[in-house]
Amino acid sequence: MSTTEALISRPPQLSSVPDGDLRDRGGPFQPMLIVSDLKKHFAIKGGMLNRTQGHVRAVDGVSFTVLKGETLGVVGESGCGKSTLARLLMHLIPYDGGEVLFDGEAIGGVRGLTMKEFRRAMQMVFQDSYSSLNPRLPVEESIAYGPRVHGMPAAKAKEIARELLTKVGLKPDLFAQRYPHELSGGQKQRVNIARALALEPRLLILDEAVSALDKSVEAQVLNLLRQLKRHFNLTYVFISHDLDVVQYISDRVLVMYLGEIVEIGPVDAIYDHPKHPYTRALLASRLSFDPAERVHEAPLTGDPPNPINPPSGCRFRTRCPMAESICAETSPRLEGAVAAEIHVAACHVQNPGSGHSLAGKAPVLVARSQPSPKVEAAPLAATA
Amino acid sequence: MWHYIARRIVYAIPIAIGVTVFCFALVFLAPGNPVQMLLPADASQEVVDLIMKTYGFDRPLPVQYWTWLTRAVVGDLGVSIQSNRPVIDEVLRALGNTVFLSFGAVMLAFSIAFVLGTLAAYYRGSAVDRGVTALSIVGVSIPNYWLGIVLVIVFAVELNWLPATGMGPRGSETFDLFNWSHFKHVILPIITLCMVPVGMITRTTRSAVSEVLGNEFVNTLRAKGLGELAVIRHALKNAMPQILAVMGLQFGYLMGGSILVETIFNWPGTGFLLNKAILTRDIPVLQGTILILALVFVFTNLVVDLFQTAVDPRIKRS
Amino acid sequence: MTDFTTATRLLAAEEEAPATKVRGYWQNVGYRLRYDYVTLAFALVIVLIVALAVFAPWIAPKDPYKTSMAFRLRPVGFRDFHLGTDELGRDILSRLIHGGRMSLLMGVVPVVFATLIGGFLGVLAGFIGGKLNMAIMRTMDVFYAFPSILLAVAISGAMGGGMANGMVALTLVFIPPLCRIAETATTQVRGLDFVEAARASGGSTGSIIATHILGNVLGPIFIYASGLVSVSILIASGLSFLGLGVEPPHPDWGLMLSTLRQSIYVNPIVCALPGVMIFVTSLAFNMVSDGLRQAMDVRL
Repeated sequence: MSTTEALISRPPQLSSVPDGDLRDRGGPFQPMLIVSDLKKHFAIKGGMLNRTQGHVRAVDGVSFTVLKGETLGVVGESGCGKSTLARLLMHLIPYDGGEVLFDGEAIGGVRGLTMKEFRRAMQMVFQDSYSSLNPRLPVEESIAYGPRVHGMPAAKAKEIARELLTKVGLKPDLFAQRYPHELSGGQKQRVNIARALALEPRLLILDEAVSALDKSVEAQVLNLLRQLKRHFNLTYVFISHDLDVVQYISDRVLVMYLGEIVEIGPVDAIYDHPKHPYTRALLASRLSFDPAERVHEAPLTGDPPNPINPPSGCRFRTRCPMAESICAETSPRLEGAVAAEIHVAACHVQNPGSGHSLAGKAPVLVARSQPSPKVEAAPLAATA
Repeated sequence: MWHYIARRIVYAIPIAIGVTVFCFALVFLAPGNPVQMLLPADASQEVVDLIMKTYGFDRPLPVQYWTWLTRAVVGDLGVSIQSNRPVIDEVLRALGNTVFLSFGAVMLAFSIAFVLGTLAAYYRGSAVDRGVTALSIVGVSIPNYWLGIVLVIVFAVELNWLPATGMGPRGSETFDLFNWSHFKHVILPIITLCMVPVGMITRTTRSAVSEVLGNEFVNTLRAKGLGELAVIRHALKNAMPQILAVMGLQFGYLMGGSILVETIFNWPGTGFLLNKAILTRDIPVLQGTILILALVFVFTNLVVDLFQTAVDPRIKRS
Repeated sequence: MTDFTTATRLLAAEEEAPATKVRGYWQNVGYRLRYDYVTLAFALVIVLIVALAVFAPWIAPKDPYKTSMAFRLRPVGFRDFHLGTDELGRDILSRLIHGGRMSLLMGVVPVVFATLIGGFLGVLAGFIGGKLNMAIMRTMDVFYAFPSILLAVAISGAMGGGMANGMVALTLVFIPPLCRIAETATTQVRGLDFVEAARASGGSTGSIIATHILGNVLGPIFIYASGLVSVSILIASGLSFLGLGVEPPHPDWGLMLSTLRQSIYVNPIVCALPGVMIFVTSLAFNMVSDGLRQAMDVRL
């Protein structure tokens, strides 16, 4: 793969024209993933005859794009639908509405990619739980499973597995025959990454891939992910609840709340000038490392509302400091952000002409918490 | 919670229906025509046809099933070929005797196993624990019919302390529990029958109690200064639902599985009736007994299940 | 590739070989069993009993079928009938040794078949789920509604007795519990992340079951099946005792118990001997199954 080797020395910049990859079907500007109005409602059964009583609207009309070569971070609280979204994108669970286009092509169906081709193109790295690797298989065979299923002879698949182990930083002679219970958390996660890369995918979804690791190990794995991205010319969708990690690794960030996207934009724009009140509150609730700058009041109170019966109009209005009657009547729309630099939020305040009193006038709000007034150190009692 | 109870009862109905279908189909498992069992081999064709019509064997299977079922529901299970008495009468009479045995055996088993299991759980890992575990495995591995024979050999043949068979000197009709000459007939059967339940209940008690004792809250109790006996009482209270559930299940098993022991001791219960029916190929009695025993078992399981739900707050009730 | 050699070197330095030897799962099990003397002792007992059964024609001192009206119900040690004779004058020792063949056969074969059939159905039901699962498990529930002995007696009684019918009956009795164990284990494993990863890699149902599910599910199934052998031997002998299993004149422990029982007042000790064999065999299988369960660290 001479193209990719050439890419190692010159990582693709978002603003310059990227070189094409031989595996792509669309051109370099074709978004890797176009998601339109994706929905997933889980039925709740109960009562006497196990009838469907309601639906958990886990993912409710989500639209966004993922550009080639970028890392899209996805943040949100627990229960906002991030993991469900990951599984929907991977086609591990069927969706109830909407469409996903990979590299401009539909998945399954008569035209477009077959399931088998799709599986080779998009893979997922799971959170390192005790069950992310088969406890009965040596690590090498877990990695080789994917290629074998796609027709590769066993010996060649093993070779690929060993090569990948080297690339993720594990010596094959030491690690190939080990079982998962003989590996540390960081090592297991490297194996998970190797397994995902075994099929030479173009897009990797990382679902809380570093959340279960200690901080020092987390840093190593994040660095590994960056190196691998350059080496294999990958695109990442990085899902996490850890805002700092997302800031470190992402080019663009997408914020989810209760099954919907509330804000999307370049990472610096989001972290320095968040437009949506939820994003602002989320960022403000990060505890700072400076004792002089303590957070005194929780910026976000209460629990997210019930996803079975979300609030009418804007879902965040029950916790929003700027909520008005218009927020209960109409749901704010998020204009689709295709280009890399666009930064939009689904909020009436951002939309001039929406009917909100503050519409069009960006309110003066800060991303980080206010520094607390300095406390004078009490003078030490003089010791005689 | 009532939803759950109602739903659970409703679930039991298809199973009960399945049981009836199975019992009905039993007859057709037998080699040859069902009619051949009622008649001698050299009966003329006209007689065969007549019998077929009378008993309805010439009608299609679902119809036969339905007729059989509708009659069974009102209590008409046919007439015993052997004794010419209604099946339902025979079965119900025998059922009472078996219930008596099974209940007694479970109670005896409980008193023994309860103590053993708790001791084993409390002194977990020690020689006591290993001994009790060994005992419970032995209890489960013993063929209870063999144990019955051995007990008869020891106590009836050699020592002549207890009678070998029967349910009282003048038969089951006059059985009186509080009369020693009647009661001594009960001792050996109950001891024989209780072996397997002892094994099972001990095992369950041991695992349930040791699971509870391993919980954090027990340490809290001890830290509060509670005496050991009180701690054990607390643990037992938590473990009781599981133990009682196993007891109920064992009772059901004994009801259905008492055939071997009753055969050895000539105890006139359902098992004995079943054995006789098999030997004499008395199909109506065979069918009827199995049906009633199976339904009793389903009912017992249902009761145990509902009991567990009601008592254990951890089980989800929507 | 300079990036990676640095990374590899750094990591290799800090991640040395593990403190303990790299051991596979089965080697671990073998290691644990090696020091479990009780289980090993009982495993030896099983081997002995099986050997006795297999080599019966060469080990038994006399012909188990040869009757002798003159020497009926002789006690232990009479002439060269080491364990006495039965009610037809046949040598008890030889009949006990030969009886092992029938009893073991009737005990083990049904469990083997039930494991194959029930395990297959259970794994299928557990993996595919949905309507198929409901259909299979509800059918099994109907059979679960009968206590095992009752079911075995009912089926073999209705079919007319005999050894083959007895084995069929026992197989049917054991299919539901094995199916249930297989289904429970499979459902548990199916929800784990690595199975999802296998699906994400594009594995077909068959390949996922073969590579990922079976290895994790066979353990519990096998242990449960080995425990069932002990129950099977008990019930099989019970069937013979009732006249529903092995038929005379073949030697079988349960059948011997039944026929000798009539002579209980004449020669009590001899009557109890076949039961000892049943007990010891059943106990041995139970202990070995328990030991295996502990070694394989499986919670049923």
